[in-house]
Amino acid sequence: MASQALIPLATDTETDIDTTQISLFAVPGMHCAGCIGKIENGLVRTPGIASARVNLSAKRVTIQHDPALSPPDLRAAIAALGFEAEPLADPGVDVAAAENRMLIRALAVAGFAAMNIMLLSVSVWSGAEGGTRQMFHWLSALIALPTVAYAGRPFFRSAWAAVRQGRTNMDVPISIGVLLTTGMSVYETLIGGEDAWFDGAVMLLFFLLAGRCLDSLMRGRARAGVAALLKQSAPGAMLLDDSGQSRWVAASALRPGMMMLVAAGERLAADGRVMEGESGIDIAFLTGESAPVRVRPGDLVQAGALNIDGPIRVVVTAAGPDTVIADIARLMEEAAQGKSRYVRLADRAARYYAPSVHLLSALSFAGWMLAGAGVHQSLLIAVAVLLITCPCALGLAVPAAQIVACGALMKRGVLVKDGSALERLAEVDEALFDKTGTLTLGRPVPRDLAGLGGEDRAVLLALVQGSRHPLSVALRQALEGEGVVPAPLTDLREQAGEGMTGRLGDETVTLGRPRSLITLFDLAAQYRRGDRAVLLRFTDALRPDAVETLTDLRAIGLKTLIASGDRPEALTEIARQTETTAIGHLRPQDKLALIERLRASGHRVLMVGDGLNDGPALAAGHASMAPASASDASQLAADAVFLGDRLAPVAMAVRAARRTVRVVKQNFALAIGYNVFAVPLAIAGHVTPLVAAVAMSTSSLIVIANALRLKGAAR
Amino acid sequence: MTGLTVLIPIALSLGLLGLAAFFWALGSGQFDDSDGAAARILIDDDE
Repeated sequence: MASQALIPLATDTETDIDTTQISLFAVPGMHCAGCIGKIENGLVRTPGIASARVNLSAKRVTIQHDPALSPPDLRAAIAALGFEAEPLADPGVDVAAAENRMLIRALAVAGFAAMNIMLLSVSVWSGAEGGTRQMFHWLSALIALPTVAYAGRPFFRSAWAAVRQGRTNMDVPISIGVLLTTGMSVYETLIGGEDAWFDGAVMLLFFLLAGRCLDSLMRGRARAGVAALLKQSAPGAMLLDDSGQSRWVAASALRPGMMMLVAAGERLAADGRVMEGESGIDIAFLTGESAPVRVRPGDLVQAGALNIDGPIRVVVTAAGPDTVIADIARLMEEAAQGKSRYVRLADRAARYYAPSVHLLSALSFAGWMLAGAGVHQSLLIAVAVLLITCPCALGLAVPAAQIVACGALMKRGVLVKDGSALERLAEVDEALFDKTGTLTLGRPVPRDLAGLGGEDRAVLLALVQGSRHPLSVALRQALEGEGVVPAPLTDLREQAGEGMTGRLGDETVTLGRPRSLITLFDLAAQYRRGDRAVLLRFTDALRPDAVETLTDLRAIGLKTLIASGDRPEALTEIARQTETTAIGHLRPQDKLALIERLRASGHRVLMVGDGLNDGPALAAGHASMAPASASDASQLAADAVFLGDRLAPVAMAVRAARRTVRVVKQNFALAIGYNVFAVPLAIAGHVTPLVAAVAMSTSSLIVIANALRLKGAAR
Repeated sequence: MTGLTVLIPIALSLGLLGLAAFFWALGSGQFDDSDGAAARILIDDDE
């Protein structure tokens, strides 16, 4: 790896370097000021890199560099500083971030306008008369009209989209309410009337935008967390052309028949057949299996596979949309369509709320007309009814509760992607678990360390420290966890496919593939010191609290089931321990079909899985969760991602989601209760702009206060 | 009354100034990396 850091740019004529290219890398390992300084200062010392800027919240580095530097070069440069990095796709336009920014702008405008109009309104309420009142109304109109036009757009757009499709959502009554109130107030101002409701309309927009911003913020935060963990399979490959020259080619330009050079530690950018070389490749993303698979010339390898041991030459057989990964991605896309049909709680409430409010408003208009109040008076009352019933508290009720719950869950290591995920999570009644990587840790854990002496452990740690082989990494984690200090070794070498060699004093120590071995366990390594050899075996351990979590889930009323692609024999032990039925030999399509069957029989399935083979099932489940160690596609498909080695977050998230929905429903009840008091006042014609303003703010404050009770929801 | 014709424009323009400043800050990416901003103050640059 480190040898690639030597970049072929010997001259230091910095002025000549073309620094037009901008690349983005995810560096999940950064967490402090020291890391920022190390990366930013370290990278600019690399020839060809003009500047590097770290974004700690998103765990990203933006590098401005010479186009001659390819992504592997940059990655090696970051690796030389001691950080693992993965190139991210084209920075492009982040739609979600743009939407969030637009909402914040609208909120700022609405806030500014609401405060200033309120200032003017207070003087009107305190008794400004005649010309002064008239001037204040005009000033309010001057501020309110552009504000409604600008800050109201998110609501108008969504309402219009719904109406055009013959549906109704929360935004329809909001838009009608705001527009009618504004229109009526303009008319009042024109004829020099007594009351104008500009303050009410703009304040309503402000509160609702606050709810919208919270919602979007929550989604953005979780997405940033997932994106930081997200590793793009491979942005391209080093190609070997007929003349023996090698050049870097982006993944999108790869075609069948091309020859790729894949170094150890690199991921494949396309499906292919090995032509030369022998190596172990890690296809955990596909199978969830942690042991590397040996490949020889003639074997097929898949895009996204990680080459571990030695360099191989691979001829491309399928690239881009024809690869195995792309196939699974398509399957996932289709499966996810069912989820998009889910109607959120707030919109379900709006289905009943909106028509009844409009009917009420129309009835009060008709009633006052019949009572002989005149068109003007009746219209004023109808508008007051609309304004007072505008679902201000309703619009805040849901996002406020959800963001508090998501914040609490995030502190406990569960990233929930959006509010609708929480709502769906609360409804599940059956939990389907994948085995490898979900119920188990999905990585090898050494079993025989206890038999080793202190010095041997120190030697072992020194041997594995420099290696990226999965078994080495497992040993390093286990030994470092025990606080072992590495022994001073000399002549440390790693031989691809064979293992690590070093010298301790005048003794040779090695860690390598077991020779002449009859073992039932695929995962083993042999440690030799002098002429003594110790066999180290590895298992894929059950997550420490898997059994408790499954019991816990059953206690809160969920059925549990294990669905795995593994051999049934490998499942018996786990099924016995967790007292759960396990089904084996399931391909991705079979898991998908299983979920469809469960759904058809009326169940709402929570899918918990990690491998790419779980991807379609994750997308199809009513709700889904994936561990942070899961494949990228699975993390993208899942509604929530949980960090760490424990499985308890699954049960915790279901509980917190249920509590959240309970609070949301309480908030609905509060909002409706408020309407029961306020609407008769409005119909009776007693609602002045002052009453509307006070009622609106109080009801909003009450639902927010109720939502804050969820702070301790994640327990 | 005459005071109002001076004071209201002043109050409004001050508010608008604040709004413009917020827009500028948002546009120049000052809220993009809140964790980083908190950490950067601890970087020792004199190496």
